[in-house]
Amino acid sequence: TATVGGPYGEKASGPGVDFSYVGIDAILEQMRRKAMKQGFELNIMVVGQSGLGKSTLMNTLFKSKVSRKSVQATAQEKIPKTIEIKSISHDIEEKGVRMKLTVIDTPGFGDQINNENCWRPIMKFINDQYEAYLQEEININRKKRIPDSRVHCCIYFIPPTGHCLRPLDVEFMRRLSKVVNIVPVIAKADTLTLEERDFFKKKIREELRANGIDVYPQKEFDEDAEDRMINEKIREMIPFAVVGSDQEYQVNGRRLLGRKTKWGTIEVENIAHCEFAYLRDLLIRTHMQNIKDITSSIHYEMYRVRRLNENNTVVAHANGMPEHHLAAHEM
Amino acid sequence: MEPTETDGGIMEQPKNLEGYVGFANLPNQIYRKSVKRGFEFTLMVVGESGLGKSTLINSLFLTDLYSPEYPGPSHRVEKTVTVEQSKVLVKEGGVQLLLTIVDTPGFGDTIDNSNCWQPIIDYIDNKFEGYLNAESRVNRRLMPDSRVQCCLYFITPSGHGLKPLDVEFMKRLHEKVNIIPLIAKADTMTPEECQLFKKQIMRGIQEHKIRIYQFPETDDEEEMKMVKRIKDRLPLAVIGSNTIIEVNGKRVRGRQYPWGVADVENGEHCDFTILRNMLIRTHMQDLKDVTNNVHYENYRSRKLAAVTYNGVDNNKSKGQLTKSPLAQMEEERRDHVSKMKKMEQEMEQVFEMKVKEKLQKLRDSEAELQRRQEQMKKNLEAQHRELEDRRRQHEEEKERWEAQQRILDQQKLDNSRTLEKNKKKKIF
Repeated sequence: TATVGGPYGEKASGPGVDFSYVGIDAILEQMRRKAMKQGFELNIMVVGQSGLGKSTLMNTLFKSKVSRKSVQATAQEKIPKTIEIKSISHDIEEKGVRMKLTVIDTPGFGDQINNENCWRPIMKFINDQYEAYLQEEININRKKRIPDSRVHCCIYFIPPTGHCLRPLDVEFMRRLSKVVNIVPVIAKADTLTLEERDFFKKKIREELRANGIDVYPQKEFDEDAEDRMINEKIREMIPFAVVGSDQEYQVNGRRLLGRKTKWGTIEVENIAHCEFAYLRDLLIRTHMQNIKDITSSIHYEMYRVRRLNENNTVVAHANGMPEHHLAAHEM
Repeated sequence: MEPTETDGGIMEQPKNLEGYVGFANLPNQIYRKSVKRGFEFTLMVVGESGLGKSTLINSLFLTDLYSPEYPGPSHRVEKTVTVEQSKVLVKEGGVQLLLTIVDTPGFGDTIDNSNCWQPIIDYIDNKFEGYLNAESRVNRRLMPDSRVQCCLYFITPSGHGLKPLDVEFMKRLHEKVNIIPLIAKADTMTPEECQLFKKQIMRGIQEHKIRIYQFPETDDEEEMKMVKRIKDRLPLAVIGSNTIIEVNGKRVRGRQYPWGVADVENGEHCDFTILRNMLIRTHMQDLKDVTNNVHYENYRSRKLAAVTYNGVDNNKSKGQLTKSPLAQMEEERRDHVSKMKKMEQEMEQVFEMKVKEKLQKLRDSEAELQRRQEQMKKNLEAQHRELEDRRRQHEEEKERWEAQQRILDQQKLDNSRTLEKNKKKKIF
């Protein structure tokens, strides 16, 4: 049999030579190699009141101690008086694929007596990241690879009251769903029985709809029918009821991540117990690239358009250089 | 044994009795009287929405104070803290308890929760003032006690110690009411997390010098042991549930999860039984006593001191204490008179109404009798007519029969004559 050589070695074809094969599909292999060499970046922000298991969930998601608490030397138990934004970056690797994971924590959110405008620092942070990227983009001498510190995904932790969303939750999600992908989750879901959980989810979905809050995956960004089908299934399940744990227990002869109570052991990765596996699949295994794409092509673009329009109307200010840059760039 | 003398000059040596006097029966008398009178208890529950307060109250008293139709937090529209009270009368073994539950929906639920404790403080002060006024009246026969005797404060099981809101609330209320902090939804935590959290909370309480309800010291060994056991497990971590689930053939009250059933009444799962025993079975009277002797007295002395300090009542209340007893008597008399007048009016109204009713009834029965009489008369006439008919029939029949008889007689006569004739003929 004759073989037609592709870029990566031999490609055995049928008994005869396949002259119609050009080799375009080999691009996938090229891309894969490049991606492996470059590595990926992912920036996740976690928002929620203290004590909802944010750090534990991050550790569980990435099966390693990536949260702020694991890295900080001091056991900081006190609730900070104002909201702080803390980013921790890690380089993790799996099967030759390298990823730079940045977890952005927001201690102090929603913990004060008066929580007016507690979303402002967070909005500011997200917009600052967009601004940094924009500045890099409009530079004359651009870097080969602009470091991407934009927040790709914001996981919002809803306390498991079992009744409905609190005013704080609604306010935050309403404002931030416009600038970042929000993935709401029900924290510490082992508090709720299955009926309570279903009722709570239904109430939350109703309230999100009633307030016009579009969480990830957003309906308007579905690209085709196949996407829509997959995303509809996800939309029927959000918010995911999650339980996090970084301790292993012996269950039926296997070592599993879980929480051991006196009346039973909750298995974190068992979908009959909680929906952590769905969240992990969504964030990491299936929709990670999609999340990054929406951030860069939609949220970031919206920010950019707004910023550039703002600058163009500011003619009076002698902001000489940047404006010329912008004008030139747009052309 | 020398008799000891106290300041009052009363001898305090316990005397030995030489026979059975019978005052050992006093507790029984008190018991009987109390049972007859019934008991009252006012319990306040405070905490954010969704911490299981209503479920816990239902579980504690095994009633449906918060029935499924009660609009839960998901249906509430108001954005401010309100204080609502509901009364329920529970009976058990011949003993009545009038239980008042004071609920505080909306506490800690909004974005800005500054001063969300103010309506609660106002409510408690209000009740104290009501009691103070009732106590100062000349006529004190009816004195309902609606002071808040215990406040259950629900702490969110965050695992991170007290929140600023918790600290603020407890600091402001620990001198007005008995605060019992509870860890809500305790099935969120594993036993280790629970222990850690309890330690954090107790540390926070000590740091901020919050005075929660202290269990009284007793001389009894057994009781001290029990009290110590409770103290070690403060704050109590509770789960509430009113659904009954079958576990290995046993029926328990609990919550059903895919990985097991959390039993509310199991001491290893949560501290619910300790709370219930303490609140209802052993320390209810002590809570009432502490409220009366400590919190109420604090309020009273502060209030009266404020009044006497200035000479003018600088509190916004009606200031009934500044009136002299005579003026107070006058006012009470006026109240009484107006009340009597009102009662008189009411009674007259009732009387008139009754008279009208009676008249109506009599008229009705008269009409009824009249009707019946008519009816009977008609019946009588009908019968009469019937009888006439029959008599006529009878007469007719009689005539016919007589006519028949006459014909028959005539025939007989004829026949006998013919016979005679024939006989005569034969003879010839």
